[in-house]
Amino acid sequence: MRPFRQVRAPVCALPLANVDTDQLIPARFMKRPRSEGYGGFLLYDTRFDEAGAARANVVDAALGRGAQVLVARRNFGSGSSREAAVYALVDAGFRCVIAPSFGDIFAGNAVNNGLLPAVVDEACVEVLLAADVVSVDLEACQVVAGDAVFAFRIDPVWRVKLLNGWSDIDLTLSHADAIRAFAAADRSHRPWARLDSN
Amino acid sequence: MAPPRTLFDKLWDAHVVLTREDGQSLLWIDRHFFHEGSHHAFAQLRARGAKVAEPSLTIGVADHYVPTQSPGRAIADAGIAGMVAGLEENAAAHGTRLFGLQDPRQGIVHVVGPEQGLTLPGLTVVCGDSHTSTHGAFGALAFGIGASEVAHVLMTQTLWQRRPKRMRVVVDGALSPGTGAKDLALAIIARLGADGAQGHAVEYAGSAVTSLSMEGRLTLCNLAIESGARCGMVSPDATTFDYLRGRPFAPVAFDAAVEAWAALPSDTDAEFDVEHRLQAAAIAPVVTWGVAPEDALPVTGQLPDPAVAASPARAAQIRDALDYMGLRPGQKLQEIGIDRVFIGSCTNARIEDLRAAAAVLAGRRAVVPGLVSPGSSLVKQQAEQEGLDRVFRDAGLVWADSGCSMCVGMNGDLVPAGERCASTTNRNFKGRQGKGARTHLMSPAMAAAAAVVGRIADVRDFLQGRG
Repeated sequence: MRPFRQVRAPVCALPLANVDTDQLIPARFMKRPRSEGYGGFLLYDTRFDEAGAARANVVDAALGRGAQVLVARRNFGSGSSREAAVYALVDAGFRCVIAPSFGDIFAGNAVNNGLLPAVVDEACVEVLLAADVVSVDLEACQVVAGDAVFAFRIDPVWRVKLLNGWSDIDLTLSHADAIRAFAAADRSHRPWARLDSN
Repeated sequence: MAPPRTLFDKLWDAHVVLTREDGQSLLWIDRHFFHEGSHHAFAQLRARGAKVAEPSLTIGVADHYVPTQSPGRAIADAGIAGMVAGLEENAAAHGTRLFGLQDPRQGIVHVVGPEQGLTLPGLTVVCGDSHTSTHGAFGALAFGIGASEVAHVLMTQTLWQRRPKRMRVVVDGALSPGTGAKDLALAIIARLGADGAQGHAVEYAGSAVTSLSMEGRLTLCNLAIESGARCGMVSPDATTFDYLRGRPFAPVAFDAAVEAWAALPSDTDAEFDVEHRLQAAAIAPVVTWGVAPEDALPVTGQLPDPAVAASPARAAQIRDALDYMGLRPGQKLQEIGIDRVFIGSCTNARIEDLRAAAAVLAGRRAVVPGLVSPGSSLVKQQAEQEGLDRVFRDAGLVWADSGCSMCVGMNGDLVPAGERCASTTNRNFKGRQGKGARTHLMSPAMAAAAAVVGRIADVRDFLQGRG
C-alpha cells in the first residue's frame, strides 16, 4: 500500500452532505475486476448524462486541475460497505478526503487503500470548500490553505498505518499461534458457537 | 464483584484474541457470510495464493445479483450470470457452505442467516454488506465490512477493531396501530441523524423494543447502519430463544446454549456512553421525502422549506434533496403521487412484512405497478401456503422470486429514471434503485396503502376492521 505523508494539491470541492457510496459509485459498475480501473466510474451520474456523455461538473473540472484532495460536508461515504467507492476515488487520483464526518465502514476501507479520511470541524470545511490548493500533512495532522491552518483528526492507529503503508494481514499472520490458541479454548467455552457438529 | 457490563461489552470481551498497546483488538469471527459481490476479496486471496482459514464458519449466499422474474431463474445478462457463477466457484474452491441460486433455502443473506439458525446470540457475525447489522437482533455483534476486511477474515477468521462507544436507545410504551418496527427505526434515524450513531454500538431497549417479534427486531437492527451505527443489537430473551429452537443450524445441545445466552443481556447497572429515549406512542407512520434516511417525517407532515433552514449548509442540503426528488418546499407528504411500489429487501421482506402488506391489499387493487420479492425462497413458500401471493397478484402486483432485487438494482430490477417508488427498503439515496429513481422509504403496510391510492397515504385510514 502506498504510504501517505504529505500531499499538496488542488482541491475538488463538493459542497454536499451525505455523499453516499451509491453516489460515489453506482452499483451497476461493480461487477468488473479492480485491475480494469475504477476511476472512470467515480460519481458517474454527476459526471455523465443519461446517454453517457460527459457534462460540465465540478469533479472533472477539479481532476483537470490535478485535484488530489476532495472536500465535502458531513457524513461522507455513508451507506453501503462497497470498497469500490474507495477504489473509484483512489483510481481517479485522490489521496485524501476532508469532511466533518465519515461513514464508519467507508473510513476503514479508505485507510486499507491508502486514502486519508481527515476529519475537521464544519466551520473549517466551509473555508476549505473555497480553497484552490491545500497541503495535507499527516505527520502533523494539519491542513494548510493559504494563511489558514487547521488541525484534522484521525484515529492514531490509522495514522500510523497510512504513514507506513501497512496492511493488516501480514501483522495478523504473525499472531497465528495466538489465534489458534484462542480458537481451541473457545471451542470448549462456547461449543454451541461452532458449526462443524451440525 | 465484576463491574456491570452491557450486552456489547460481553460480546466484545468473549471474542478478543489479543489487544495491542495502541488499543486495537483482534476479534475472533464466528460467522462470515459472503455473496456475489465478495469477488474483490476472493481475488485478493487468489493473488496471495491463500485459502479460507475456517470454511465451516464461512457461508455463501446468492442474493445481490440473482434474477427474480425469470422462469427457472435463468439469467440473460452474461455479466450478471458471471457474478452468480463466480460465487459458486469461490464456494467450491474453498469448501464453504453455499445457499446458491437453485437452493430451496436461497434468499437474502440477512434473512437466510436468521431463518436457518446460523445467526445466534453471542456470536460475532460479519459480511461484506453494511446491513449485516441486522443479525444484532439476536444479541450478536454483527457488522458490515469492506472487501479488504472480507479478505482478512477469509484468511484469518479474525478482524482488527477499535472498541466502539456504547449507545442505548430506549423506546418506552407501545407502538400504536398502523405503526411498526420500520416506523420506529425511521423515527430513531430522524432523531439521531444519518451520522448520529457513528462510532457507536447501539443497543435498542425499552418495552416497545422487547415487545417486537424477531422479525421486527431484525428490521430495527437492519436500519442501525442508516443512523451511522457500527452495529445495532437487542438483548436476547424468550422471544429470541423461541424463534431459534428447532432451526436447521441451531445448536444440537440447545438448552445448554440457552443457558449461556441467558447471561448475555446488559446488566441492570451497566453504563452506556450515550443514551436516547423515545416514546413509542408518539410515533406515527413515517415516510422519507429526501435522499438520506434522516429525511424522514410523520406521514401527516409537510416538506421542509430551505428558506427557514437552520444554516446555509442545511438549506443547501434541503434544496438539493427537493430538486432531485422533484418536490416543493412545504408540500404535504400525502399529496405526493407515486409511480410504483416495491415490497422487499433485507429490511422488510420477512413473513410478517408480507402479511402486513397483504392485510391492507386484500380485496383492493393497486393503481400503480408493483413488485413483491420475498426475503427468502422459504418465506416465499410460506407466503404461498398462507395465500398471500394471491392477495398480491389479485391486487395487480408482480409476485417474484427472492433476492436483493429493486433495493439495489444489481439484477436489473430497476425503477426507471424520474419515477417515484414507494419502497420498503433501506436507502433513498440518489440513484440507489436506478439512475434518476426517486425513493420514498416506508413500512410494508404503508407501501401497500400507497399502491391502492397511487400517492403517499396514511395506512391508518385503511385498517378499519383489518389486522
